[in-house]
Amino acid sequence: MIEITEVPSPFCGIGTDDLTIRVEGLSLKVIENGCAVNTPAFEQVITDTRPRVNGQEVDLDVAIEAAAALLKDTRLPVIGGCATDVNGMRGLLALADRAGAVVDNMNFTGARNNFLALQDSGWMNTTLAEVKNRCDLLVVVGTDLEAFAPRFYERYIWNKEAMFVEDTSSREVIYLGKAPSGSASTSPSGKHAQILACQTQDLPEVVAVLRALVKGQPITAKAVCGIAVSDLQALADKFKAAKYSVVTWAAGALAYAQAELTVQQLSEMIKDINNQNTRCSGLPLAGKEGDQTANQVCGWTTGYPARMRFSAGYPEYDPFLNDTHLLLANGEADALVWVQAFNSKSVPPETSLPTIVVARSGMVFTKEPDVFIPVGTPGIDHAGHAYRMDNVVAIRLKKLRDSGLPSTAEVLNGIEQAL
Amino acid sequence: MLIRLTGGTVYDPASGIDGQQQDIYIQNGRIIDKPQGEFKVDQDYDLKGKVVMSGAIDMHTHIGGGKGNIARTLLPEDHRHDPVHRSDITRSGCGHAMPSTFVTGYRYAEMGYTAGFEPALLPINARQAHMEMGDIPILDKGGYVMLGSDDYLLRLLTAKKDQKAINDYVAWTMHTAKAIGVKVVNPGGINAFKFNQRKLDLDEQNAHYGVTPREILQVLATAVKELGVPHPLHVHGCNLGVPGNVQTTLDTIQGIGGLPMHLTHIQFHSYGTEGDFKFSSGAAQIAEAINSNKNITIDVGQILFGQTVTASGDNMRQHANHKFASPNKWVTMDIECDAGCGVVPFKYKDQNFVNALQWAIGLETFLLVNDPWRIFLTTDHPNGAPFTSYPHLIRLLMDRSFRNDMLATIHPEAQKMTTLASIDREYTLQEIAIMTRAGAAKLIGLKDRGGLSAGNFADITIYTENTDRQKMFEKPDYVFKDGQLVVVNGKVVSTKWGTTHVVKPDFDPSVEKGLTDYFDRYLTMKLGNFKISDDEIIEDGRGSLTVHPLSS
Repeated sequence: MIEITEVPSPFCGIGTDDLTIRVEGLSLKVIENGCAVNTPAFEQVITDTRPRVNGQEVDLDVAIEAAAALLKDTRLPVIGGCATDVNGMRGLLALADRAGAVVDNMNFTGARNNFLALQDSGWMNTTLAEVKNRCDLLVVVGTDLEAFAPRFYERYIWNKEAMFVEDTSSREVIYLGKAPSGSASTSPSGKHAQILACQTQDLPEVVAVLRALVKGQPITAKAVCGIAVSDLQALADKFKAAKYSVVTWAAGALAYAQAELTVQQLSEMIKDINNQNTRCSGLPLAGKEGDQTANQVCGWTTGYPARMRFSAGYPEYDPFLNDTHLLLANGEADALVWVQAFNSKSVPPETSLPTIVVARSGMVFTKEPDVFIPVGTPGIDHAGHAYRMDNVVAIRLKKLRDSGLPSTAEVLNGIEQAL
Repeated sequence: MLIRLTGGTVYDPASGIDGQQQDIYIQNGRIIDKPQGEFKVDQDYDLKGKVVMSGAIDMHTHIGGGKGNIARTLLPEDHRHDPVHRSDITRSGCGHAMPSTFVTGYRYAEMGYTAGFEPALLPINARQAHMEMGDIPILDKGGYVMLGSDDYLLRLLTAKKDQKAINDYVAWTMHTAKAIGVKVVNPGGINAFKFNQRKLDLDEQNAHYGVTPREILQVLATAVKELGVPHPLHVHGCNLGVPGNVQTTLDTIQGIGGLPMHLTHIQFHSYGTEGDFKFSSGAAQIAEAINSNKNITIDVGQILFGQTVTASGDNMRQHANHKFASPNKWVTMDIECDAGCGVVPFKYKDQNFVNALQWAIGLETFLLVNDPWRIFLTTDHPNGAPFTSYPHLIRLLMDRSFRNDMLATIHPEAQKMTTLASIDREYTLQEIAIMTRAGAAKLIGLKDRGGLSAGNFADITIYTENTDRQKMFEKPDYVFKDGQLVVVNGKVVSTKWGTTHVVKPDFDPSVEKGLTDYFDRYLTMKLGNFKISDDEIIEDGRGSLTVHPLSS
């Protein structure tokens, strides 16, 4: 039995790296600094250890050959999930390049709200250490922050010390839209977050009015979607009075049509505030299921984020048409490869197409895929790299145990070479 | 295997060889002396009438790190104009302003380059920079770690820590980030922007720390020198792009008090305020200062006309310049109490007065600085222009009539504001070889690179002599990387992986005491998880580390 300290997590997206984990054979127990997201993700037991072809257990090389044979004559295979570490994504992109495949990260439909805004007008963003040390006003838009990342407040808002905020408990937290599910946003001194509640789908209207107020435009209405305009005016004034305000949202939580316009409106509002003699920054939340990792590695390898295709022999990007679900539903795809090294509950979409699953041990299928190759989890079974939500910081994942499971990269490189 | 390159005309400034016919022998990836006695040549290349140089080295090019990837993500429309197909031996990707990693390696090699150095390795983002560079084939690479706006250094200065404490921190950072140099960008300015300062002159204080850019330059340049890091402190100065910044640059040169200092993309820091448009060339003053201050080296950061994207650590100046974004979209970031970045697409136009004069200022600088060992050919890729424009730039430097033809086409008011037409100088092949090979290797401190004498790694480029220098330099006949033939007739014929160049200056291990406390209290990562291990570079079997000697 050993205890490993300072373990970084690829699961929560906020880069917690202070976990202590007890390792006994193949079993892991988080004994310090666990949370509702990380603890079960680390502690999940290994069940499958051998690959299967048509439901029969086989050796790894046989499974790799079978996968290559399935992909050999495909016209448009889709590689979905894309939930793995940097080396896994490198292998995935090499395979996709050779097979002429679509590459589609499973969280992209949510992330698209950010990418469309970014690619149309850009933004001014910040990262977690700046939040920890500078933020004096946190505005959370449409997102249940503590459910997304249980330790966000503990680590980055109610931290004991900050370099530029004398008393962190004096920080102000304001929710716009959805109210929080718990009390993590309540300061250590007992101050509750202010909640300007509205329906999530009403955020476009509310954010538009808020931005107008920030810009000093006259608003004649007294209320918008249940929020008093005077409350929004007060928020606009707080932005201007704050030294370093931060606006955060999870793109996937803005689950309504054309939510990219809300992200754009927020990002442009942040720019407006920076033109009024103070600082303000955005902080998009992400980093789950390897999404930032997929977009980063796909970005440097192809120029585009992780919803693109190689079918023409070179990378092409379309954030709508390359959606796995759409390609399966339209009958455009002719094979599915599902890569999910982090979460065995994240199963491939149902399809009658030939299916190869390269995933975390323990995945349970309603329909057995043609090929299933259980792989190690980055940060548990092998070392690796994963990106945090803030897109700048890649964390170095540790190997915690010797499970003998291959890495995603080994498997995908094997399939690529077999082609 | 013994390879012989027979009868080529060799330009090897590192050995003082200027256009002499010479045979070169290659074995086990290195250049060797002609073997004694009888020997069998396995491969012989007849290079009569060809020009032989060592592989070119780009000493300042943004090829790895987060801001470049933001630039890529920001500009899908730019990639669509330049899709790159896969082949049996090469990966697909995209080209133009901010090419994908694989295409970066191929296109550099196809121009005869065999190494590129990322000048802005943020300590917290160094891991990403190395991972991206790990996906650049053929080229050797390395990076200059960025300091000067990190809160830890500014706290050391405010606490009046001695130079030794600074040196230990700088050396430790170079180790953890796997760097070969140290860079400072808008010294202290990126930090000041976080406190809502929008400009920071050389002697202006950071609102929180009370520290000035001059002090930051002084302690960092001293640290680099005292640690024996061969590459002088790499400086992106204050006031980038601001009319009148020529004075800031001259003051910066004077202020460093004779310490070695490299001023990067100096074109962007050479602007006066004369003329009807209050924008003029400061190139003559800058060149005079360079010529008379032997401790100073520069690279130019030439702009060339067309679409590109500017990606810089200088979020203060990038924010100020966002109104020139074309297309109109841009990104800035504050980063981890460490640094920042700003990405602003630019389209430089020859009929825009300012852009046209920027073009002329860069060329004036090239032509007025006398010593080719202290000036380097860069466009600050992709900020002034994509690196693929180097052959065009070389022609501008080597061919006066071509240069004057181009000059005649730019904004007429800009033509009046430049002395370019009166400058007769044409660069020689030897001077090009100095700027892009021997000088660059010497400046960075690369042992056994940048030369063609025995013992050097066999990074060799062979061109067909052509009076059209652009044609000559854009399509080498052969390129060898570590003795492997990688390019024939300007096309990649095989690929390999280059090494990562670093230096490892000594530090007192007790430096980690203060750092551990700082990391635990204020940062978001444990110190142990912050440090990049050698494994991370080499574990995939492709990367390797080459540690270069320190200066004594």
